[in-house]
Amino acid sequence: MIGTSLGRIGAVALFLLRVLGQCLPALAKPRAVIHQIYNAGARSLIIIMLCGLFVGMVLGLQGFDLLQRFGSEDALGVAAALGLLKELGPVVTALLFAGRAGTALTSEIGLMRATDQLTAMEMMAVDPLRHVIAPRFLGGVIAMPLLVAIFDIVGLFGAQLIGVQLMAVDPGAFWSQMQAAVELDDVNEGIVKSICFGFACSLIAVYEGYHAPPTAQGVGLATTRTVVVSSVLVLLIDYMLTAAFLGR
Amino acid sequence: MKPQRSLEIGTGLFVLLGFAALFFLTTQLPGSGLSLGEQAGYRVTAKFDNVGDLKVGSPVSMAGVRIGRVEAISFDPSDYRAVVSLQIESSFDRVPDDSDASIQTQGLLGGKYVGIGPGGSETFLKEGSQIEFTQSAIVLESLVNKFFANFASKDAGTDTAKAE
Amino acid sequence: MSAPPVRIRDLHYAVGARPIFAGVDIDVPQGQITAVMGPSGTGKTTLLRLLTGQVAADRGRIELFGQSVGDTDKAGLYALRRRTGMLFQNGALLTDLTVFENVAFPVRAHARLPESVLRRLVLTKLEAVGLRGAADLMPSQLSGGMARRVALARAIVMDPELLIYDEPFVGLDPISMGVIVRLIRELNETLGVTSIVVSHDVEELATIAHRSYLLSEGRVVASGTPDELARSQEPVVRQFMSGAADGPVPFHFPAGDLAADILGKSAQVGGRS
Repeated sequence: MIGTSLGRIGAVALFLLRVLGQCLPALAKPRAVIHQIYNAGARSLIIIMLCGLFVGMVLGLQGFDLLQRFGSEDALGVAAALGLLKELGPVVTALLFAGRAGTALTSEIGLMRATDQLTAMEMMAVDPLRHVIAPRFLGGVIAMPLLVAIFDIVGLFGAQLIGVQLMAVDPGAFWSQMQAAVELDDVNEGIVKSICFGFACSLIAVYEGYHAPPTAQGVGLATTRTVVVSSVLVLLIDYMLTAAFLGR
Repeated sequence: MKPQRSLEIGTGLFVLLGFAALFFLTTQLPGSGLSLGEQAGYRVTAKFDNVGDLKVGSPVSMAGVRIGRVEAISFDPSDYRAVVSLQIESSFDRVPDDSDASIQTQGLLGGKYVGIGPGGSETFLKEGSQIEFTQSAIVLESLVNKFFANFASKDAGTDTAKAE
Repeated sequence: MSAPPVRIRDLHYAVGARPIFAGVDIDVPQGQITAVMGPSGTGKTTLLRLLTGQVAADRGRIELFGQSVGDTDKAGLYALRRRTGMLFQNGALLTDLTVFENVAFPVRAHARLPESVLRRLVLTKLEAVGLRGAADLMPSQLSGGMARRVALARAIVMDPELLIYDEPFVGLDPISMGVIVRLIRELNETLGVTSIVVSHDVEELATIAHRSYLLSEGRVVASGTPDELARSQEPVVRQFMSGAADGPVPFHFPAGDLAADILGKSAQVGGRS
């Protein structure tokens, strides 16, 4: 059990090295990467914005309820901004990414394997790692921080909608307290997290797809595993990064 | 080539939107962020006995309107006071040079900011000026102490007056 | 004359404990169509994977253009594969690209051609398989036979010296099959491409192959021209050519005693060795 787990971690790490080695050559043909940014990013935009809005609105409601018990509803902006920037934005976006873009990547690559497309490329003396895997990996890595930023903004808007429009928090206090309390380090923490999550989710998705058994069942299982492994990994990395940032 | 084209436009929109969002997050959200037009405006200093938890990036406001931000906070060892460097936006260039600066609190638990109370001088603050009249951060505990001390001494005063 | 395109000597390969090949010798002469036949499960596709270096042989020597596949590194293998075109069983078209881009794919990957030259090249190859009009379709819009023809256009776009067909006739209607047969022969005759066709369609192969190998149980059991095989009196060849269910090639997969299996006492009886 431990042996297979260790083996898997090693295999993923080695795979990461091989993919990273192909990333620069893949960037030389940006069209494929652009295509994958579109697949991973632009196509997830609607769901990310929708979820961001609702998460922000819930933050607005819960934050208001919590803060008014201390008579400091004006701090709602701070609470919503910090909550979104540091935790909810990166984590929820990463989980949605794993479910939306990650599964699509895994099943696509898995099916390419099952229908001999990857073998056909090898036979055409074309390295699938460079032409299939690396662009998809890069697309995910690039798209994730952008998605997180959009999620944050939409979430703030949602919190503002509830707080200011519905609960009548003073809009000036909402924004100015937020600006006074949020520091660049808070924003950076969110960006660092989103980049790390982008790496993790994209890597797991392409790894599972590339190594999926070439059967219907195999691809299905690999897709499920992408969601499970990515989610656990995201939360694990989130804990470690949070601890690291607090410890500074 | 048509689908390729719309794909590129879609990707371009997405990337643009994402970077705009990132830009907003890094520059607009934190008061201490890399704000635009940092060079625009002028710097004045003010010395305070106690800055409380004033932070770099805290707003500077006049009559409740934000006119600048705290750029730096340092310590002057010669007179043991805090030197706060304020960056005032250049559009607010008619602040009298005898104005006073005080450190105030937004709400009960809110952050600190520097409030400027206008003076009556005909000359205005400019790059490098120092604000002479300052009022330090009000520390809640010392305020409460002072209040009770005052109350006690006033009490004592009326007692002696009655006795005479 | 240079070395023959393909030469296989004493090939051994096993999956787990089950031997797939136990000493196979095959020669593919320059400019000819060589057929490799055999019942399903004799490892015909595995042979192609070995031949192109996707898997390594346990023992023996495989030469592609005079170079030993087993002793060649990845870069060398890729160089060999550039001289080789391969047609997969199901076409293996890249599903996210149009027909045109599929055919252009190897060219784009290996050469920097002006778009106009590339376009002419790709359309010429599509014309050769009769599908120039389908250039803008997606692979999902093609029938099985059309997809295979597009894949064939892709396989020949780099003007390979050797073409490998993996089960090119499987799952095709008689008309599509006839088209593929004609294309294989035309490519061979007009361009002089050496071809290997792996299949079990005896009749189709008989019309195009110069020489056939019949594989069974990990060995070459017969070889010769299609006529020679058709006239052969060897039981294995006869069974395969005529399609009889019983003969030297057993109907049953190797198994233990049936009664023991059914009674669930195989362990005690030792039915499975």
